Amino acid sequence: MPCKSIEILVGLFVSLCIAAIFFLALQVSNFSALQDNGSYTLIAHFENVGGLKSKALVSMAGVPIGRVADISFDPDNYDALVKLRIDARYNKMPSDTSASILTSGLLGDKYIGLTPGGLNEFLQEGDTIELTQSALVLERMISQFLFNSSDKDK
Amino acid sequence: MISIRNLTFSRGNRKIFDNISLEIEPHKITAIMGPSGTGKTTLLKLIAGQLKPDSGTILINQQNVHQLSRTALYKLRKKMGMLFQSGALLTDMSVYDNIAFPIREHTQLPESMVRTLVLIKLNAVGLRGARHLMPNELSGGMARRVAMARALALDPEMIMYDEPFTGQDPISLGVLVKLIQTLNQTLHLTSIVVSHDVQETASIADYIYLISEGKIAGQGTPEELYNTDSDWVDQFMQGKADGPVPFHYPANDFTTDLLACNPAL
Amino acid sequence: MKLLQTIGQSSLKFLAKLGRSSLFLISILTGLAYTLSRPNLLIKQLYSIGVLTFWLIAISGLFVGMVLGLQGVYTLSTFGAESSLGIMVAASLVRELGPVVSALLFAGRAGSALTAEIGLMKATDQLSAMEMMAIDPLKYIIAPRFFAGFISLPLLAALFSAVGVLGGYLAGVELLSVDSGSYWSQMQSTIDFHDDIINGIIKSIIFAWLVSWIALFEGYDALPTSAGISRATTRTVVNSAFAILLFDFLLTALMYGEP
Repeated sequence: MPCKSIEILVGLFVSLCIAAIFFLALQVSNFSALQDNGSYTLIAHFENVGGLKSKALVSMAGVPIGRVADISFDPDNYDALVKLRIDARYNKMPSDTSASILTSGLLGDKYIGLTPGGLNEFLQEGDTIELTQSALVLERMISQFLFNSSDKDK
Repeated sequence: MISIRNLTFSRGNRKIFDNISLEIEPHKITAIMGPSGTGKTTLLKLIAGQLKPDSGTILINQQNVHQLSRTALYKLRKKMGMLFQSGALLTDMSVYDNIAFPIREHTQLPESMVRTLVLIKLNAVGLRGARHLMPNELSGGMARRVAMARALALDPEMIMYDEPFTGQDPISLGVLVKLIQTLNQTLHLTSIVVSHDVQETASIADYIYLISEGKIAGQGTPEELYNTDSDWVDQFMQGKADGPVPFHYPANDFTTDLLACNPAL
Repeated sequence: MKLLQTIGQSSLKFLAKLGRSSLFLISILTGLAYTLSRPNLLIKQLYSIGVLTFWLIAISGLFVGMVLGLQGVYTLSTFGAESSLGIMVAASLVRELGPVVSALLFAGRAGSALTAEIGLMKATDQLSAMEMMAIDPLKYIIAPRFFAGFISLPLLAALFSAVGVLGGYLAGVELLSVDSGSYWSQMQSTIDFHDDIINGIIKSIIFAWLVSWIALFEGYDALPTSAGISRATTRTVVNSAFAILLFDFLLTALMYGEP
């Protein structure tokens, strides 16, 4: 029969370790950010997604408002179909909002930045963002630059 | 009560028992003796169903031990007590808890009843005052007495003693001998004592089996064996240094060995 | 020819041991109900396995975290990326070092103790005596120890990771003046709860299973002599280490394989 002190110590041990798990969940990971207040999905087509990955950030005015849920190839339009999962709190997006694929920093990860339009209609679940700007592919930029400079010389 | 018929058991290539048959009478003390290493402990394990024989049957109260289901075997074991050579007490429990262990596991008796039973068993072996000691605080003889009390905890019908007298001082020896005899009488037990201590065992046994080289070399009451015609039995019972079991390990002639030119021979 | 024979024999022995240990494991698992009906046994084992390993894991975690912090600043400063220290420390700990190192320490301390205890019980006939009293030692002795180990190790691994992150903070922010805000914020945005923390916990659960299984089986299977027991404890530590590292590789490949 274990005496009281052993039981107390075991209880202490278990609670300390569970506290450690909570610490890891809340302070170390993005658990709080994952609190699902509900979300809705928007669709956007891009000519070139560049290095955009699924779970990348979707932000507006620099503030994260959602994540990229899925990236797939659209065989009808021969472009990329990107599904965005937007937090349900931000449900007043004008229907002429535009989406661009931007790079965070100079060589950082790709993310999607949304710029609001001016219309009074709002995007609903499943709507498509019409205005999109694809990622800047470095090689294209360089070849454009070279093309332009050789043009100037002429 | 226990019938062993045509038992054969081998370990590896060695035949431990070769077609032996024994009868253990109820309410009597039967001793199984023999030289070291003849497999006396193995016989106890075979009787208890921990080992399976190659051929032959062991019947306890007409039940074939090795054909019983696991539950039936466990039920049978509750009626058997076994005393291991070292006592085999559970080292992380006190003496009291060791004896209470089988009672608590197999019955739903309230703690007050358990306490009564434990104290009765401890009193029978004379260790009631030692009940709060831990096994590592006990001497060898005391540990064996506690193990005896534990073996009696569930009031078994039979009890098996594995080398109970080995390595004990004269007083503990006397205590153990007295206990085995008294308990057998008062509790109407069937006792099997496995030993090679001839004097002590012969003083309390009702019937003795001598096992050597896998066969029964002799059997009878102690008086019969002391007055035997067989040289081997006589050497064993009297503890003679030389006889059918020779003193000298097989070797060449002594004079030849001493005077050999090549020391390697 | 002799080499082939030896390899063949060793493989057969290995398979036989695997078979015996699998049957052993199944008997333990069927003892779950028995263990739950006797919480005292479980609590006692949680104490001797979990609580007594607590300080080892906590202090090791602290030092590992601090070393990560120091080394991290030293390495990251060549890229001007000290602000990423938080990510580096947390990712290393939560994904790999936490589960693996705590499992290895656990195998060395608690695993070998379990093996020695069970081996000694076998050598002194305590297990036989219990069988003779019609009590199954697999259910009474072995199963509570298995489940206690199974519960303790994941908890200890989480403790290791948490203390390590704090150790990294101590070394990086307090000692080497890395910005405390960026330590936490970068960490929080990169470490994903599902991918990293849950995966780490899954890893340590699997390691707990392996280490407890190996430790108890080696004890149960040991030769009942003093040499046999010492060989068995050595085997526990060695085999646990192999198993942990092998499964770590397999699990990491599974979990982090595709980008």
